[in-house]
Amino acid sequence: MLGFVLRRLGESLLAVWGVVTIVFFVTRILGDPAALLLPIGASAQDIDALRAQLGLDQPLMLQYVQFLVKAVQGDFGTSFQHGRDAMQVVLERLPATATLALTAIALGLVIGGIAGSIAALKRGKTIEFIVMTFALLGQATPVFWLGIMLILFFGVNLGWLPTGGYGTLSHLILPAFTLAVFVSASIARLLRSSMLEILQEDYIRTAKAKGLLRHTVFVWHVARNALIPVVTMTAILTGELLGGSVVTETVFSWPGIGRLIIQAIEAKDFPVIQAGITLIAVIFVLINFLVDLLYGVLDPRIRSAR
Amino acid sequence: MAPLLDIRNLTVEFDTPEGTVHAVNSLSYSVEAGETLGIVGESGSGKSVHILAMMGLLPMPPGRIVSGEAWFDGQNLMDMSDRELRAVRGGQIGMVFQDPMSSLNPVLTVGRQLREVLVRHTDLTGTKLRARMIELLEIVGIPHPEARLDQYPHEFSGGMRQRVMIAIGMACNPRLLVADEATTALDVTVQAQILDLVRQLKQDFGTTVLWITHDMGVVAELADTIQVMYGGRIMERGPVSPVFRTPHSAYTHGLLKSLPDEGARAQRRLYQINGSPPNMANPPKGDPFAPRNPYATERCLNEVPPLRDVGDVPGHKVAAWYDLPALLAQENEVAK
Repeated sequence: MLGFVLRRLGESLLAVWGVVTIVFFVTRILGDPAALLLPIGASAQDIDALRAQLGLDQPLMLQYVQFLVKAVQGDFGTSFQHGRDAMQVVLERLPATATLALTAIALGLVIGGIAGSIAALKRGKTIEFIVMTFALLGQATPVFWLGIMLILFFGVNLGWLPTGGYGTLSHLILPAFTLAVFVSASIARLLRSSMLEILQEDYIRTAKAKGLLRHTVFVWHVARNALIPVVTMTAILTGELLGGSVVTETVFSWPGIGRLIIQAIEAKDFPVIQAGITLIAVIFVLINFLVDLLYGVLDPRIRSAR
Repeated sequence: MAPLLDIRNLTVEFDTPEGTVHAVNSLSYSVEAGETLGIVGESGSGKSVHILAMMGLLPMPPGRIVSGEAWFDGQNLMDMSDRELRAVRGGQIGMVFQDPMSSLNPVLTVGRQLREVLVRHTDLTGTKLRARMIELLEIVGIPHPEARLDQYPHEFSGGMRQRVMIAIGMACNPRLLVADEATTALDVTVQAQILDLVRQLKQDFGTTVLWITHDMGVVAELADTIQVMYGGRIMERGPVSPVFRTPHSAYTHGLLKSLPDEGARAQRRLYQINGSPPNMANPPKGDPFAPRNPYATERCLNEVPPLRDVGDVPGHKVAAWYDLPALLAQENEVAK
């Protein structure tokens, strides 16, 4: 078990380093932030001075090494835009993103779990067709379109909910629902196919042959096994949403990490981009690690293989 | 006394894209209390399907019970609601399935899977429940039962898992134990151990056993009565030794001839029945075995033979238009 943890830790560090490196070099392709930061018409000397001040005049490899050394210590530099510690700027946005992401995942799990189970148990019935049609629509509908439609209907026409912004529960409803539609559709489809597969297993026949009550068979034999792939999917979705759902956050003016990074990219605010992406990578890797541990809890075969 | 299990005119069909598959055709037979019936047949003979249908375990659709009754202990299983059937399954009728590797839930402990059936059908709780679980594992010959209860199926060998399956099947002292190819997936030595175990359980608890297999050897070892099935029908049925000694169906004869016998020269090729099982979506008009039967007559191809008494041995019945013992005797004459 210790060996397993150490190995996964090593892999995780490697993954984060890879992401950080790629982001470092890709941001350098964006262009020169100095030109953007100074007012139009600034002299070439001023631009050069700012470049020197930001450390952008040094050779790329040297910048990279300096960046890595500091990043390891948690220092991602000062935001060009905000003039404060870049990681600080990113972390301030984390609660907003986390609130939205976790609400959407929780909603999606409940709705998707129920819908997927119904579809699997009512195989071949009209209700399965209806549920799966909605799931397909939910997965295929572009988030920005759904978001705008919801704003138009509930925000503008009915005036029940705010059209955007952050702060109260009523602000959360529309963006969370928008994301939950996609999440629940994905989970419903996966859970259904997973359950249909499990229903064919010999041990389900054994469970029925024991005369067990229908809900015992469903909960302990079907659902318990069908859940394993759903856990992976949930983890991936959680990781993605915690990284900031760029489109949803933008449509609903939600002050999350996704929107922050987009703004940082527009402003060529290298430290914020790097801090933001690093944080997302760390969250993703962490969640995957947790899921691996959870697998061991869910599946004893994996536990003893470690 | 009425038989423990009495199946009458059971017909089961499957709806498939190729058409209706006639899996079980007007099947009737009975099993006396305390008897061990060995049902033999190849895949597609209807031997497993009719049991699943009777137990309410047949996936419907595509399966369909067209007609029939299955009287168990004075009650018709076919008339029972799902709820009533669930009370019988696992309680009065225990079942053991073929592949012990896939028949146990991989994510639940063996103890839990054993407990489930006891909690469902008995009033045992607490220490009494646990004691019964340990006792059951002891009965089926699993060493260190106390520790084994908390282990998962993947920590058991194939033979041990099949013992667990038998423990689950026997957990509530069923009147009838149905085993469907219960030793097929096991290697020969383990198979012999399991057969010993079942014989012992029969002796100790007087359980009636319905043993489904494709292996004539297993039937010879275990069963009182043999029932040979083909194309969803009974070809021959009777007490084991007379049937083995003087088979009256060419199919039984073929199955027996294809058994390797101990004294035979090693180089001799094993006998095989030519052809392949019938396509039950388009079954033969007459005797289902006729197209593969060297002794088939014109009538065999056109008319289904009824199951009739052979005559000299009580209970020995055959469905054939030809007189196999006479034909075999003739062959011997010619050979001489």
